[in-house]
Amino acid sequence: MEETWQLKLYVAGKTIKSAAALSNLKKYCEEYLKGKYKIEVIDLLVKPQLAEGDQIFAVPTLVKKVPEPIRKIIGDLSNKEKVLVGLNIIPVNKS
Amino acid sequence: MATALSTKKDTKIRLQKSPTGIAGLDEITEGGLPKGRPTLICGEAGAGKTLFGIEFIVKGATQFNEPGVFVAFEEKSDELAANVASLGFDLKKLVQEKKVRLDYVHIERSEIEETGEYDLDGLFIRLGYAIDAIKAKRVVLDTLENLFSSLSNEAILRAELRRLFEWLKTKGVTAIVTGEKGSNQLTRQGLEEYVSDCVILLDHRVQNQISTRRLRVIKYRGSMHGTNEYPFLIDNNGISVLPVTSLTLENKVSSQRVSTGIPSLDNMLGGQGFFKGSSILVSGTAGTGKTSIAAHFANAACMRRERCIYFAFEESPEQIIRNMKSINVNLEKHVKSGLLKFHASRPTLYGLEMHLLVIYKMIQEFKPTTVILDPITNLVTVGTVSDIKSMLMRLIDYLQKEQITVLFTALTLNTIINENTDEGVSSLVDAWLLVRDIEFNGERNRGMYIMKSRGMKHSNQVREFVINDNGLELVDVFLGPEGVLTGSARVAHQLMEKTENALKAFSLNRKDREIERKSSMLEAKISGLRSEFESVKDELNRIYQEEELKQEVLNQNREAMINLRKEKVQQSTKK
Repeated sequence: MEETWQLKLYVAGKTIKSAAALSNLKKYCEEYLKGKYKIEVIDLLVKPQLAEGDQIFAVPTLVKKVPEPIRKIIGDLSNKEKVLVGLNIIPVNKS
Repeated sequence: MATALSTKKDTKIRLQKSPTGIAGLDEITEGGLPKGRPTLICGEAGAGKTLFGIEFIVKGATQFNEPGVFVAFEEKSDELAANVASLGFDLKKLVQEKKVRLDYVHIERSEIEETGEYDLDGLFIRLGYAIDAIKAKRVVLDTLENLFSSLSNEAILRAELRRLFEWLKTKGVTAIVTGEKGSNQLTRQGLEEYVSDCVILLDHRVQNQISTRRLRVIKYRGSMHGTNEYPFLIDNNGISVLPVTSLTLENKVSSQRVSTGIPSLDNMLGGQGFFKGSSILVSGTAGTGKTSIAAHFANAACMRRERCIYFAFEESPEQIIRNMKSINVNLEKHVKSGLLKFHASRPTLYGLEMHLLVIYKMIQEFKPTTVILDPITNLVTVGTVSDIKSMLMRLIDYLQKEQITVLFTALTLNTIINENTDEGVSSLVDAWLLVRDIEFNGERNRGMYIMKSRGMKHSNQVREFVINDNGLELVDVFLGPEGVLTGSARVAHQLMEKTENALKAFSLNRKDREIERKSSMLEAKISGLRSEFESVKDELNRIYQEEELKQEVLNQNREAMINLRKEKVQQSTKK
């Protein structure tokens, strides 16, 4: 069964951090989830009312709702392994 | 010069304040929290931080027309609304009216991963959005420290917090930040170093198994504030901080007098009773009639159509009413007419400060002219003597300000009366009546005297104080050779005096008669002597007359003799 990763990236304006987060995310997705992901970038400066719904308090925050479980990754996503574990792309390193 | 300058400056740039609406707090802080600046409220779990914040928001919205945002990190909005509904705050309605906005920031640790750099702009944006949505003037962040337990990058957090407080200032909102008390510092995460304008500590202490909440303004930059610990109360109206002890002794005084309800006692007090607005202590050993005196006083106040509150710490209202009926004091009708209000509570029900608060609140609601506390001694079970003294001092102070006459009763456990008994309040009160039992001659009687009564002429006599079916009465004590006589000894003494008087009258009578008799006797003697004198005089007169007669006869005889001889000579010559 094919699953689509629905990813939301919350940012606040075009900062270095948000740009880094977006490029990192795109890079990982292309590498591991090619063809089965959707990224939505939400700028809270434009739509501040959306912050409450996903309980956003830090930016940038990546929210994955589907597939379950819900995970949030905050920061510029510079740690590749953490992001991949967080998105359930690779299982938690058992060693 | 410097001080003159600084005071001038003070009046010019006066710190603007945002009233909290919390009873008593605005007096301590002289107007409220610093307007447009953050204030830190810290305290242990259950100290009332969240409630403090909620009340600040609700009062702001309802009383001062300042909408507010409440950001909860701990409780969900619904839970919060439900929790404070019991305090009479209808959060949901205020939210609908767009006067209050609740925002629940939920941080689920298990859902979150941190990688790399981030900032808290999300929170800023949410907050900013909420503030702008209702044009909020007040913000409460409860409890910001939850961020620390959810996020691991402390360096970022600290930098962001600093930015947050600066940002709040630029937003011009009056903010409250709550923080849990840490072991060595005011808050666990040292929030106090970011919030430098105003810090208030809430405390919840248990002493002798009785808990008291206290509040202290630790810091208030640029403003005067009370520095003491102030007890506060959370009841069904929210938080109330104890009215502050006024630091000055500038209470108005009245020279109006109020009757004690016992005419003979009024007489002892210059004929008119106590001053209005004064404090009276009635102390004595067990069973000396303190409550009876208090009941008379209450009764007298109600008879004057004045209101009175009776705080009973020992007996239930029914019990007092029943007992006082037996001495012809009908308190029940005053209760029914609404002039008299009883408030009975066990001293151990809550701490001293709570008692004081309850008393304050009741007085403010009922507006009596007379208050009775019976007895204050029982409060010792919930506090030390010095605690009670400070509580009573504040109470007396407040009552004096309100021109309310107060009567305390106190039980003295030992018969030796000194200043240390009576919870040390004897120096605070204006009048002190002492009731004591006098054990003498195989019976126990009550004696009463006025230890002191400021500002009026009062009797220095010990009076015997009799409780009978008609109420209380003061009787003069008889001083016998053995000392003060009371009770049956007094009655015996009275009888003895009566007999003595009768005897005296009788003996006087007898003496009078004796004198009369003696005088008549003497008079008789005098008349006898006089008659004797008369007879002697007669006798002497007779002898005298006899002598004269004899002399006359003798003279006549001699002449006759001479004549006879002359004739004989002539005859012889003729011869």
